[in-house]
Formats: sequence, structure tokens, C-alpha cells
Amino acid sequence: MRHGSKRFVAGFLVLPVGLYLFYVVWPFAQAAGYSLTNWGGFSDTQEFVGLDNYVRLFKDELIRKAFWHSVFFLVTVPLFTIVLALFLAFLLNVGGRGNRAGVRGVRGSGMYKIIFFFPQVLSLVVIAVMWQQIYRTDGQGLINGVLIKIGLVDADNPIAFTADPEPFLGVPAVLWWLLVIAVWGGTGFYMVLFSAAMQSIPKDIFEAALLDGASRVHTFFRVTLPLLRDTVSVAWVYLGFIALDMYALVYIMTPSQGGPNHTSEIFASVLNFNAFNKGQFGYACAIGVALAIFAILLAALQLRITRRDRIEF
Amino acid sequence: MSVSPDSTSDHVDPSASASATSRRNVLRNAAAAGLLATPAAGLLAACAGGSGKKEETGGGAKSNDNPFGAKDGTSVKVVIFNGGLGDQWAQEDKTIFSKKHAAITVNMSSTQKIKTQEQPKMATQPSDLVMNSGADSMDISTLINEGAIAPLDDILTAPSWDTPGKTVADTLLPGTVKDGTFQGKYYVVNVAFTVWGNWYNDALFQKEGWQPPKTFDEFFALAPKIKAKGIAPYVHDAVHGYYPRWALMASIWKSAGKQAVIDIDNLKENAWKADGVLPALQVWEKLVKDKWLHPGKLDHTQSQQAWLDGKAAFIQVGTWLKNEMAKTIPPAFELKLTDYWQVSSSDKAAKDVFAGSGEGLVVPAKAANKEAAKEFIRAILSKEGSAKFAELTKSLASTQGSGDAVQDAALASANAVMKGASKDLISVKFPDFYADLDKESQNLSEELMAGRLTAQGFVDKMQVAADKVAKDSSIKKQTHEG
Repeated sequence: MRHGSKRFVAGFLVLPVGLYLFYVVWPFAQAAGYSLTNWGGFSDTQEFVGLDNYVRLFKDELIRKAFWHSVFFLVTVPLFTIVLALFLAFLLNVGGRGNRAGVRGVRGSGMYKIIFFFPQVLSLVVIAVMWQQIYRTDGQGLINGVLIKIGLVDADNPIAFTADPEPFLGVPAVLWWLLVIAVWGGTGFYMVLFSAAMQSIPKDIFEAALLDGASRVHTFFRVTLPLLRDTVSVAWVYLGFIALDMYALVYIMTPSQGGPNHTSEIFASVLNFNAFNKGQFGYACAIGVALAIFAILLAALQLRITRRDRIEF
Repeated sequence: MSVSPDSTSDHVDPSASASATSRRNVLRNAAAAGLLATPAAGLLAACAGGSGKKEETGGGAKSNDNPFGAKDGTSVKVVIFNGGLGDQWAQEDKTIFSKKHAAITVNMSSTQKIKTQEQPKMATQPSDLVMNSGADSMDISTLINEGAIAPLDDILTAPSWDTPGKTVADTLLPGTVKDGTFQGKYYVVNVAFTVWGNWYNDALFQKEGWQPPKTFDEFFALAPKIKAKGIAPYVHDAVHGYYPRWALMASIWKSAGKQAVIDIDNLKENAWKADGVLPALQVWEKLVKDKWLHPGKLDHTQSQQAWLDGKAAFIQVGTWLKNEMAKTIPPAFELKLTDYWQVSSSDKAAKDVFAGSGEGLVVPAKAANKEAAKEFIRAILSKEGSAKFAELTKSLASTQGSGDAVQDAALASANAVMKGASKDLISVKFPDFYADLDKESQNLSEELMAGRLTAQGFVDKMQVAADKVAKDSSIKKQTHEG
């Protein structure tokens, strides 16, 4: 860098970095500090309790439940979203009929892109409120109403959706119903992301594969997927964060925010209960810090696992 | 917090591959930046607090007309909960207050998000008067344990606003002072007086010739006739566990008596195993098992609307019901309240009614203008203010005689329930005392009403939860005085 340009760059950065330090980094540090105290949240006095809150964290039954529910989302949200988004992106970009020259998407792919992307434009709260009507648990619900009309569901025993704690494949049904919303809301964005990445792959690679007689399935697994590796791995990391942040859905969609009977507790709902219902902010901060460490480790781990030599094109 | 970071535009750009920077690094940096958009980050930030400055206005001269010495030229910030009762009544109180204290500015706002808005300010610069109510309210035990709200005993001994010769305490309905007293001090001024019970549509019952039941036996006899008409006998809020809990606790009180509930509140050993507790829950278990419930897991307004739409015959809720549903009550619909049904002929407190004061006002300990806040409370509790309250909300105020001038059938039926009540009012304290028991009892109430838990299971699990709280030395214990 030339002499003077450093100062020039620094001059531009002082204000945003300062704001960032004060409003983002400093609260984090404060929260970490509070996590070592028994602060109740309403006064300006607190006692230092060392690592007590963290010790308690490991014995907390609700935290354990929240942990396993988060693991469920960490596995399923990225898996289903990425598979669905890849499938759609493939169809929209290179899935078109092969009887003509060139590689293209299915007919009307431009319109499909807009439709699939649409949930991304809505805020999570709007999505949750909308799904409340879809999931409504009596004959006035969109799904229940239709299923009752065509006789697939008993009117006296409608689907309970997010009020249903009964296990399905060993996981409470409420979590599966929340998963549907998360995947529905997330797929569009990742479809666009993968589409863009696919478009950056030179067409001649696909054409060469087609000339060699590769089928659609082969093209996808042998050409497209390997070349999208970087994008998919980043998508995986982001979706990991989304999976940890199911809070808005849990808060709005489930009975007693984490229910029924704790079957949809996640870290954030346990944190919320301890901070705002029990008045144990110190402990709640410890949960927050633990969650942050967990998220960072997870991201590092995911990037490490998916690390590989790049293919230049 | 956005779940899809803006920084993704970096790696969507295909030209990135041409640049000298490896795409991998761009992606990794973007991901690192994205970390700051993680849920953890938001939660961390939510925990952070701050320390602020303190400002006291100090008191002015005290007099009988101004017992707390509210000072002219100051302003008082009042935050009203805008829920089932609305906030129009508080505007009337503002008018009443300003007639006497024209030189004190009242800054009134209303919200449903009391905790979200007020909790962050409590340690530093709180509002002067906060109506701590609704689903998003601050936990009262925590507020008191943390010393965050001021005791208000001097309001009770102050002269009434507009009833000469009486103190404020003299003008309140029975139970109001007790409901607001914690650890021997009066902290919470409850402005509304609520009666809970089972509601029915009198027009429908007249037409069908049905008698509203007084006991569960009568209900079980009537239920098949109701169901034969294609109406579900009973509907309840299956989303907020505290709704069914009112009904369950009312039954427990009626069946097992006052002392049994006080023992439960005081975490006495085996309090949930006392005589009469189990049978009180078994009638509910039977109601669920016999399929008298409206299908679905509706929330409070959905269930209330289902009842108004004639899809269910009974719903249990408090007297704010009429105001909450005012916009959708059909013209010919006649809301009437009856007491909760008696459990059996061996009930120990069959005539006790579930009623009490609620919608509590608190004055933060660090409020800058406590004097004016207390004076405003005195205005709310005035004869004029409480009459306006009853008129506007169709609910009783906690001041005596508030509903005397109001012509309303629903309010009259609540008055009638109160007239038939014996001396003791049903009041349950453990949910206010202990957040863990509050949560557990809500969850178990939902489970019982969903048919996934037996009455015996409810009792056993509540006892385990109560024992756990009793043994936990980090939880400050409170006492429900008889």
C-alpha cells in the first residue's frame, strides 16, 4: 500500500468500527461478564459467582432437551434445505429437455425462481403468523379444513401440528412441523445461491458430459455437485445458524413457548425463561455465551470438514 | 435478526473466481462475518445492560389534597397495558388527574409489550408508573427480590381521592390489598376486579330449555344433550397453560378447601397429595376422556370465538371476556357467567368464588417522580375513575361500587356470582411465587386437558416439582398467609 493510503482507509473506518465495537462487541463482552454473576436483570447490583452458572448449565435438564432439539434441527434443516434447493436449482438451470442443442432449465424457470424465492422476502414473524392459519388445529385451519372435507382427517380428531408432542421417528411431532416451515422459508434463497453458482460453471463442461452420453443424474453427481462444493459448504454453515435460531418459530408457533410440555425447547427458549420468567439473568447470559461458543465451534468444524483443493475454471 | 446475511452477495458474484483472492477465503471471511448475525449474537446482546444516571425530582409540599407531595412543573411517565381492557379508561383517569394537578404533565403511553419495553429501563431510568400486565409482563417476585419496585403502603393510608373521610384502603374491594401484598409490604396496586367462572349463552340455553349446571354431575348429565345438537359441550384455551390452570385450581380449592391450596402455595410436604385434590382433577380427566371438548388446540381468542359462534356451550375465562370479544359478539348472544362447577357433594369450599384483583400497577424503585405516580394511582382508584373504568371495560374495578351505575347483563351476572359467594375468595399464589412451578403447572394443565396425562400423574408430577423448588436454596421462598 502506498504511503498515506493507510491513514485514508483508517479515516473511513474509525466511525463504523467505533460504532461496531460499542454496540456489538461491547455488549458481547458485558454478557460474558454477567454470565459470571447472579444478576437478576432488574437492579444494578450483582454478586460474582465464578463459573457456577456454567456448572449448572451441564446439569440442567431443560438445556439437555434443548441441546438434542438443536441437534435435530442442525442435522435436518441444512440437509433438507440444501437437497431441495440443489434439486430445484439443477432443474431450473440445467434440467431442461436434452433433445435440443445447449443446456437450459425447465420451461418457465424464471417464474419458478420468483415463486420459490418469495418466502425469503417475508419476515420470519410474518411467516409464522401465516403458518398459524395453515396449521390451525380445527376445521378452520387450511390443512385440517381441506383434509376434513375430503374425509382424510376425522373432524373430532384433527391434526394438532405444533401442539402435538407425540414422537414421530423418535422426535416430537412439533419439531417436524416446525422443520417444514423452516425448510419452506429457506429453500428459495439457497436455490438462488446455487443457481448463481451453477451459472458460473462453464456450459462447455456440461455439453462435454452430454456428448459423452452422461445422463441427467450422472451430470448432477459427477459434474455439478463437485463444482458447487464451496457454495454448498457455506450454505451448510449458514443453515447451521438458522437451525440454532429457530426461536421466532418456537416462540410464535408452540404452546407455552417451547411446549407442549417442553417438547420444543431450544437454547433460546430456555434462555428466555431463565432471564425473563425466573429473573436469573446471570445464568441466562451463561446460556447465551455457551450457545455462542457452540455456534463458533460448529462453523469452524464445518468449514474444516468441507475443506478441499479448489478446481479452477 | 436477519438469517440470511447481506454479505452473501460477495460469493454469488461469479466474477469472484477471476479475482486474485481465492473464493474460499472470501467465503470464509463472509462466514466469519456472518457469525455476528448468529442467534447467539442476538441473545448475547439481549443480555447486556448498562449503568445510567439517577435523577430524583424530590417531593413538594404535602397536604390532604396532595398527600405524597407531588410537585408542580414536573412530569410523570405512565405506561398502560393495552390488552383485553383497552386503554381508554386510563385516558379518563388522566383527565381526572389533570383537573386537580394541571401543572403536572402526564406522559401516557400504552402497549402490550410491557416487559420488552420496560424491563431494560428498570435498573436505570424507568417510567414512573407501569401497569405490569399481560403475557409480556415482568415477573413480580423477581421485581421485589431485586428491589426494583417501591413499596406503596402509604397509598393505602392516604385519604381517598373523592370519598371524604375514608382512606384509599377503605374504598377497595376485599382481597385487593392482600393480592398486592408481598413479603409483608404492599407493592402492586391492582386496578381491575375479575371474577372467573364458566360462561354460557343465555339465549341458547333459554331456547333449548337447558339449565346451566352448578356441579360437574349436572354438567355430565347435560353434556350428551348439548352434543346431540351438534355443539361441543366445552371449549378451552389449549395454547396458554394458565387458562386451564385457573379452572383446575378452582376445582382443587372447592374440593379440598382453602387450607389445601395455601399448603400448596407454601410448598408443604405432600400438599398435592392432600384429600380432595385428586378427585378435583379426576372430574376434568373424565370430561376430557368422555370427549366433551371442542376438537383442536385453539388459543384464547380462537376458543372464545368458537364459543361465540355457537360451536361450544361453555367456556371458562374471566370477566374481561366481553370487552376482549366486543367486536365479534353476535347480536342475539347473551353472555352469562356462572361460578365454577362444584366437584362433588363432599366439597369443602363449594361456595368459594374464584375472584380477585388483577392488572397491577407498580412504581419502579428508581422512578424519578414517585410522588406524582402515587398521586396518579390515587386518581385511578377514585370513585369517578373506577366508575369510568367499569363503564368502559364492562369489568369491575377494584374500588367498591364501580359497577353500580353500569347497565350490562354480563356484568350483572358477575355481580350475582359475587353475591352468592362465601367470605373466602379463591386465590392461588404459587405461580406468582415460583416461576418453575408456574411453568410446570401450565405444561401439566395442558397435558391433562389434552388427555395425555391422568389426574394421578398431574398430582405426582406437581409434587415432584414442588419438592424440587422447596429444596432449591437459590430460590427465595414466599408465604401465602391465610
